[in-house]
Parts: sequence; structure tokens; C-alpha cells
Amino acid sequence: MSLTGGAARIGALALLGFAVAQPAQADTIFVSNEKSNTVSVVDGGKLQVVATIKVGRRPRGITFNEDMTQIFVCVGDDNRIDVIDVATQKVVDRLPSGPDPELFVLDPQGHRLYVANEDDNMVSVVDIATKKIIGEIQVGVEPEGMGVSPDGKILVNTSETTNMAHFIDTESHKIVDNVLVDARPRVAQFTGDGRFVWVSSEVGGTVSVIDAASRKLVHKISFAVQGVPRESIQPVGIQLTSDGQRAFVALGPANRVAEIDARTYEVKRYHLVGQRVWNLALSPDEKRLYTTNGVSNDMSVMDLERGRVVKSISVGGAPWGVIVKP
Amino acid sequence: MNATLCWRCLRAVIVREGLRFVHQRERFFAALVRPLVWLAIFAVGFRAVLGLSIIPPYETYILYEDYVTPGLVAMIQLFNGMQSSLSMVYDREMGSMKTLLVSPLPRWYLLVCKLLAGVLVSIAQVYVFLAIAWFWGVQPPEPGYLAVLPALVLSGLMLGALGLLLSSFIRQLENFAGVMNFVIFPMFFASSALYPLWRIREGSPTLAWIAGINPFTQAVELIRFALYLQFNGTAFLAVTACLALFLGGAILAYDPGRGFWARRGGPAEQG
Repeated sequence: MSLTGGAARIGALALLGFAVAQPAQADTIFVSNEKSNTVSVVDGGKLQVVATIKVGRRPRGITFNEDMTQIFVCVGDDNRIDVIDVATQKVVDRLPSGPDPELFVLDPQGHRLYVANEDDNMVSVVDIATKKIIGEIQVGVEPEGMGVSPDGKILVNTSETTNMAHFIDTESHKIVDNVLVDARPRVAQFTGDGRFVWVSSEVGGTVSVIDAASRKLVHKISFAVQGVPRESIQPVGIQLTSDGQRAFVALGPANRVAEIDARTYEVKRYHLVGQRVWNLALSPDEKRLYTTNGVSNDMSVMDLERGRVVKSISVGGAPWGVIVKP
Repeated sequence: MNATLCWRCLRAVIVREGLRFVHQRERFFAALVRPLVWLAIFAVGFRAVLGLSIIPPYETYILYEDYVTPGLVAMIQLFNGMQSSLSMVYDREMGSMKTLLVSPLPRWYLLVCKLLAGVLVSIAQVYVFLAIAWFWGVQPPEPGYLAVLPALVLSGLMLGALGLLLSSFIRQLENFAGVMNFVIFPMFFASSALYPLWRIREGSPTLAWIAGINPFTQAVELIRFALYLQFNGTAFLAVTACLALFLGGAILAYDPGRGFWARRGGPAEQG
């Protein structure tokens, strides 16, 4: 922005009597609240909670079906997946999940859900149409993070206690490789081109970038926030922009989201959000980033064009997962 | 009172105040260094103080640097207001005030000119400070820099008027130390400049009450809200009322016929 352009813009805003309306954003954001057993519906334009949907106990993992008409929510303490109809905002169905589902991922074709069963060291493969578990894959202790390659052929699961990223062939349901990462891996995320997998290690305090083909560690990203003790930096949620330029990592009790240059792996900035920021979601136009802040019971909204957190909105108890519908 | 004369007088006072400011480089740096020291040193130790709550006008979590900046802006204006009053005492001691006082314009108009000149200088200081703070990472919404201007004018006038009123009581330059001790420090510390009122209330409800009625708190909040594009009606009314009170008092005090001067034997004997 040139100086004169900036001045003109400020002048124009002044003429408008500072009626600086937020750009109309039609996003609808859905947040699973682990402790209040609800899903909050937030209007992206007004940035207010507009509805609250009752679901089963301990909702955490949350994702859309392929055409975004339904939402699947892992309700861990009820050992199932609740299905919410987006139009009526009601739970209309349920799917089996295996015991204590925490996090899952939808395969790119939209037919299956791969569910991490935290308590019995298993990944369950759920067929959505028939509502049946069609496969179980034995993995490491306390499976959690789930990522699937864009072509749907490789599934990556992380096990929190074994400290591994397991690469699983989705056809044979067999583990094809294991990559050791830092302590307590939480989230696995493929890059848009499918070449790399980013894995966050909560206790290790790092993010490992793994080459998806060779399964070798390419880079390990560390974090340091001024005034925040090292042990409070606990990376969890990861979001990567589709152009492969930027990455965002939630740093848990450090109350910060790290903004990373996804090409050089350099941390550019830390953005202050609510307490114990857990998971992240980019808006479909990638102009905004939404965070869930588990301890302060709210979500923060980041304007990525202006590079700043614009608002924090109270949602339910211990917000955990977040997804965005355009 | 004709317009040309009024304008010429106002311009003369503003130019003089501006010249004084530009020529005294130390004063310019002192005015800038003071808030920057607070921002760069004091604020670092308090980064996490506000991590737990969101208070208006903020809509999300902020660092202490963000919180303290409007308070430091008001501090610039407070010091400037007091320094302006100091210069009145100086002018009186040096006799240069007589040049102004022989003007045929009414005394109240001369005071208002003096006040406006001081406010202009303080606003220039504030914007330089805000520009440096921007590089420090304190980045309020861009239109806020414009929205804060009317708030700065009002709070600057109020604090300047307070300085004028005080200056009418001070006989000698040396007494300015008393102003520091009894006016600037209490006003600054017992306000919402450094900590939000809810945080002061946790420590001492009495202090929080005092801070709440402190005109300086109202100036800080007026600036804080404006910088974040919100209007604080209470603060606006409080600052306006204080301005009327202080300016009225100063005009009365400087009135050669009625004011405190008359009772003390008149300005002529002061020089």
C-alpha cells in the first residue's frame, strides 16, 4: 500500500464516519465443545454464536461430509459419531466408530471415515453409506492425529505415546512405514500437493515435516515465544494454505498461533489468541483463520489479509474442533 | 475583538510555542523518551498481566504494550499540559508575559490561544510516539489514528486547562517540583493508564474508586476507545465537564480584576 493510497483509504474511511463495516463474510463456523457436549454455530459475518446444537458426550473431532450437507462429530464418551444435518442444525443420525473416537478424517472420495480410537490403539475404517466398520488397523499407543493424502491412497496416523507417524495404505489397511517424531504427536496434515506431511508434537514442542514419498524427516520446526516458558509451547493444530505459502500452528498453552513461511519453514510471527489454543481452521477463501481456545472457552478470528487477530468470541465449554462452511 | 487581530494573536502564540518546542531539542526527546521507556522497559515485565480477560474497547486478547499505549499517549499530554503551565510561570518570571498581556484582546482569549498552542504541540508528540509504537508492534486499526484526533484535542485541552489553572497558583518556577509530586504522579498512577480498573479493584476498591473519578482516567479511556474506533460517552462527558471546570477556573484565576492574582497583589508585583 503506497503512502498516498493509505492516506486516501484512511480519508475515505473518515468520510464514512468510521462506519468501518467488516467485509461481508458468509462463512458459517462450527465448533465442537468438549465439556458442554454441544456444537456452537457461529455466523462469520456477525461473528456471533447464532445456534447451539446438542450432541453426544465429549465431542471433539469434527468434519463435513463431502458435499457439506452433514457434519460428523466424534462423541468420545458415547463411543460413536453423531451426524448433524447442516440445514436443520440437528443430530439426525449416528455412525459406529469403535471405542473412544477422538479425531478422524474423511477420505477424499467422501465414502469413508478413518477414526482414531484413543483407548484401544486402533484406527477404525467406517463406511458412511452402510454405517459399518469395515476395517480395523492396529497402530501405536494412543492414536490421535489423522491425515489423508489428497489422492486418498495414504493415511497417516500419529500415536501419542509411541511417538510415531504411521503411514497406512488405505487399500490394504496395512502400515507401510513408521516415522519417529518428537514426543506426543497430535496432528498430521498433508500439504496440498501431497508431497509432505506436517506432524505436530505437543510435548516435544516441534513440528516435523516428513517427505511423504521417502518418509524421511525433511525439517523440524521449533518455536520460541518471548516471555513464554519453553514447556508451555505445545504445538497441536496445523493449517496449510492451498498455495503452499503459509502455515499456521496452534501452540496450546502458549496462547499463540505461529505463522510460518511454508517454503523456508521460518516462523514469521506469533499471534496472541485465547488460552490453550487447540485446533485451527482456514476459511474456504483462506482470508481468515479460526482457532479454538480450550481454557478460555472461546474462539479467535484472525484476519489473514491484515495479519491480526480481530475478535475472540465466547462459545461453549472447552472448545476443541473447528470447521468452516463457505 | 476583530477577527484579523484574533488570528494574528493565535498565530503568534502558536508559532512561539512551536518555536520553543523545536528549539528545545531536549524537550522533544524527553517528551518522546519518557513514554518509550515505559513501553520498551516497563511493559515487557507485564506482558502477561492482561492475558486473561477481554475488556472493551478490545475485542480480543491483547498484549500489555497494546493496553498501555493509550495511557502513555495521555501521559504525553499530561506532561505537556504541565510543561505548558511551567512555561507560563517562566514567562511571568522573565517578564515576557507582559508582551502578551499588553495585547488589547481579552485575557480569556489569550489563555485559550496559549492552551490551543500547547495542545497542537502535544498532538505532534503523540503522533510521533504512535508511529514509533507501531514499529514496536502496537498496531491499532488504521482508521483509529484519525479517529483518535478529536479525542486528543479534547483530552489535550482538558489537561492543558488543568495546567493553566495550576500555573495561576504557582509563584515561582521552583514550585514545579510540587506539581510533579502532587499532580502528575498521583494522576498518572491512580488511573487506568497502567492497569485496567478491574485489576486495581482486586487490590484496592478505594483506589479503584479514586481512579474511576480521576479526570486523567477519563482522558485515557476516551483516547483508548477512539483509537479502537469506539466512542466512550461517559469519558467524553467527564472530560468535557472537567475542561469547562478547569478552563473556567483558569480564566477566573488569571482575571486581573477578580482572580487570585488580584488577591495576591496583582501580576505586576510578580515579575
